[in-house]
Amino acid sequence: MSKDNQILEEFTSKEYEHGWSVNYEVDEAPIGLNEEIIKWISAKKEEPTWLLEWRLKAFRTWQEMQEPDWANVTYPKVDFQKLRYYSAPKQQKKAKSLEEVDPELLAIYERLGISMNEQKRLQGIAVDAVLDSVSVATTFKGTLAKLGIIFCSFSEAVKEHPELVKKYLGSVVPMTDNYYAALNSAVFSDGSFCYIPKGVRCPMELSTYFRINAANTGQFERTLIVAEDDAYVSYLEGCTAPQRDENQLHAAVVEIYAATNAEVKYSTVQNWFPGDKEGKGGIYNFVTKRGICAGDNSKISWTQVETGSAVTWKYPSCILKGDNSIGEFYSVAVTNNYQQADTGTKMIHIGKNTKSRIVSKGISAGKSQNSYRGQVQVMKRASNARNFSQCDSLLMGDRCGAHTFPYIDINNPTAKVEHEATTSKIGEDQIFYCNQRGIATEDAVALIVNGYAKEVLNQLPMEFAVEAQKLLALTLEGSVG
Amino acid sequence: MLSIKNLHASIEGTPILRGINLEVKAGEVHAIMGPNGSGKSTLASVLAGREEYEVTEGEVTFKGKDLLDLAPEDRAREGVFLAFQYPVEIPGVSSTNFLRTAVNQVREYRGLEALDAVKFLSLMKEKMKLVEIDQKLLSRALNEGFSGGEKKRNEIFQMAMLEPSLSILDETDSGLDIDALRIVSNGVNQLKSADNATIVVTHYQRLLDYIVPDYVHVLYKGRIVKSGTKELALELEEKGYDWIKEEVDSAATV
Repeated sequence: MSKDNQILEEFTSKEYEHGWSVNYEVDEAPIGLNEEIIKWISAKKEEPTWLLEWRLKAFRTWQEMQEPDWANVTYPKVDFQKLRYYSAPKQQKKAKSLEEVDPELLAIYERLGISMNEQKRLQGIAVDAVLDSVSVATTFKGTLAKLGIIFCSFSEAVKEHPELVKKYLGSVVPMTDNYYAALNSAVFSDGSFCYIPKGVRCPMELSTYFRINAANTGQFERTLIVAEDDAYVSYLEGCTAPQRDENQLHAAVVEIYAATNAEVKYSTVQNWFPGDKEGKGGIYNFVTKRGICAGDNSKISWTQVETGSAVTWKYPSCILKGDNSIGEFYSVAVTNNYQQADTGTKMIHIGKNTKSRIVSKGISAGKSQNSYRGQVQVMKRASNARNFSQCDSLLMGDRCGAHTFPYIDINNPTAKVEHEATTSKIGEDQIFYCNQRGIATEDAVALIVNGYAKEVLNQLPMEFAVEAQKLLALTLEGSVG
Repeated sequence: MLSIKNLHASIEGTPILRGINLEVKAGEVHAIMGPNGSGKSTLASVLAGREEYEVTEGEVTFKGKDLLDLAPEDRAREGVFLAFQYPVEIPGVSSTNFLRTAVNQVREYRGLEALDAVKFLSLMKEKMKLVEIDQKLLSRALNEGFSGGEKKRNEIFQMAMLEPSLSILDETDSGLDIDALRIVSNGVNQLKSADNATIVVTHYQRLLDYIVPDYVHVLYKGRIVKSGTKELALELEEKGYDWIKEEVDSAATV
């Protein structure tokens, strides 16, 4: 075995850090999926009739649909009748403020390093914490409310702001968009809702932290972000789950709406349990994320650091409808052991002078498979559309795979589309060079990988960038030695 | 400081070093010369611990320790520095960030406190003067897009930062114009002290006009076949390596 491989062998053996689970009393739906379950969920959440009907319509459509098989991933089919679709920690009554939230639940987040205590939190980040199916706490609500910003759980938004939810729900990702989006529309339980009124720049980062705790439970959250004219918001999302032998399903939908001159920045650090070294367990992460630059001069920027999940199927996309609108996608996807990721983006140019930029950095180690799948579509009336795509792959060892599937569809002769792709390996030479300067191999790999991913990491808010750097090092720890 | 006894090393089964003996004391400068393929760079790599080379026989002690028993990073931390002939590029990692990681890991090994950003930067400023290196170069990704001269200068700058007791310069003169050669040699000379030693591996005598060796050794077919003082280098410059090759080859056939 060459040194490279030995190095990688050892480097791929780090255990998942957030693999613990906690026992608490739960309120849960019976196992299985049918119209009765959907009615049960809707009733539990005291939803209005229109929403129940919306769910049922999604469910009926979903039943007619086929699970997609075009992604470059293989996994045993999910038995949707064996899952539980709702599980919530039991709380005596709905908490009105942070002080009323069960301290045990807050302790779960403390253990993950996410303090829900407003005084303790670093200035400038408001958090909505989602545990299994429901949102347990949202911080800094009062501060934000003064500016007219709504940041709350999705269930609360349904109750307090039904007109906004009704207007935007499904407007970017229609309930029938795809198999998992339809499933999510039928059974989604909670998530975050964020509304930035006209002319307001949100002064702090808004953040949602998702944690799956219950076994055999799917998490189907729904996030809706609306930025009115001239509004700005930066939104962060983080995810972890306990280590379990069975695969767990996570099928989320995120919708972003940006009006004229609005800007939304959406950052994700995804660290769902990736399965163990033998590929047992782990989260199936089948997510639909899409934003629409509805107004002129609007901008949506996706940044993602994907390190977890056994199987990832995710394409955060931008529909560039407004003239001069801009879509961006920055991604680092790391796969190790037996992880599989098929991720990328879609940039749909509809308006004139629209621009998109794609920077995708894949890192594959162990026996993992990492695919970039991206689509750039320029419609007929999108004159002067510009796209730049850069897809780099970094391979660690010789048993992993990196794949690139770019689709380009141009219907306007004035379009300029550029695509660059590179594949490289972490070289023995680079590691030896670092060693010769006194740097241990693990630190050398962390240094090299972070350097490689720098362009994407630079897009993250400061505090998140530091976390992401550590996470990259941790995910690959043990794969080089 | 360094004692090499009967060192044999091979790569993929092919023997390259066939019994090297060399003693280097603190304060000394040794030049290792020899024709292409004689094993000069292999010797430098084996001392630094590159794993493609297999040591089949012999021993190397460095400051009383068995050098061959140490991992490459520990050799570096003990004070062995190799200025590479072809320094690698590490995209996205600035020289500054790279060096700070290196300096602090070396310090940790030696039981010293890590340098904070302020102390590190002032140390950098001080050492930058030695090799007339520009700060702009150090904020760029390590060696990426550097010219040949910039890469070599950066190697000597790293050497200045890490303050090794034994520096091995592997063909540091290759690819340098006369000005860069002067700057690099100046740096090396200023770093010289009674406590450290330098091994200069070179093909040409040119570098030795600037870095004056106390001893010159000629390597041929994996052995040191001739040792002398700096005059030997001049002789080689004048006569080439053929006379040594003939001497050795005819002795072998007798």
